[in-house]
Amino acid sequence: MTELATPRPPRREFRNINALTDLPSYRLPPAGLVSILHRISGVLMFLLMPFIIWMFDASVSSEISFAKFKAVFNSGFSFVPGFLVKLVALALIWAYLHHFCAGLRHLWMDVSHSAVNKEFGKTSALAVLAISILLTVVLGLKLFGAY
Amino acid sequence: MAVNYGSKRTVVGAHYGMRDWLSQRVTGVLMALFTIILLAQVIFSKGPIGYDKWAGIFASQWMKVLTFTVIASLLYHVWVGMRDVWMDYVQPVAIRLVLQIFTIVWLVGCAGWAIQVLWRV
Repeated sequence: MTELATPRPPRREFRNINALTDLPSYRLPPAGLVSILHRISGVLMFLLMPFIIWMFDASVSSEISFAKFKAVFNSGFSFVPGFLVKLVALALIWAYLHHFCAGLRHLWMDVSHSAVNKEFGKTSALAVLAISILLTVVLGLKLFGAY
Repeated sequence: MAVNYGSKRTVVGAHYGMRDWLSQRVTGVLMALFTIILLAQVIFSKGPIGYDKWAGIFASQWMKVLTFTVIASLLYHVWVGMRDVWMDYVQPVAIRLVLQIFTIVWLVGCAGWAIQVLWRV
């Protein structure tokens, strides 16, 4: 084997992506954004499940527990201020709305072949983002007592 | 019965994962319907919603049965979803197993608590 007169340029290497250095620079299309947010909202609700059941428990068990439930939202408990409890509840409201809308989008695409194309994928993804964020804002204003 | 283990194990092909895919859809639809039924009862109740009206929604037997079904559906829906997340992002088998065990314990515990609360109303 003879050596090449001019050395070849180094080949490009493709490796697994790094979550911390590569993911922030990825620009996701709306459908991709809805998809990853579907996951994030699901995991969020999974982790906060005890808080959700505590809310259910306190709000339906008795008059006294119902009053305590309201007090936690208005004036907090131990070192956690009330607005932080409301903020967590608002995060859950967004997570539920997004998961709900994105789930309906999934079901729609499962039953309708005509819905499985690039255009519908984009417009329906934008609709999911818009509806869930809009309803979150409306319910958030109600939660923080704007009306 | 046809041998479907060892070298004959089916790893790809029709119906692989179909059951979980379908049960996640069915349980999702059930929870969506429950959401609408619950919201309708809240929205169409007259006057401000205090303890009596809110707890009253869960007092009837049909609502208890429906809510119980939804809790069971939620359990399976979340199990399939979280298992997918662990399978996608956690490669070491030991850590994945620990996380799956945690998921099962967490979900069964939460479901038990929710069912207990439901029959307290």
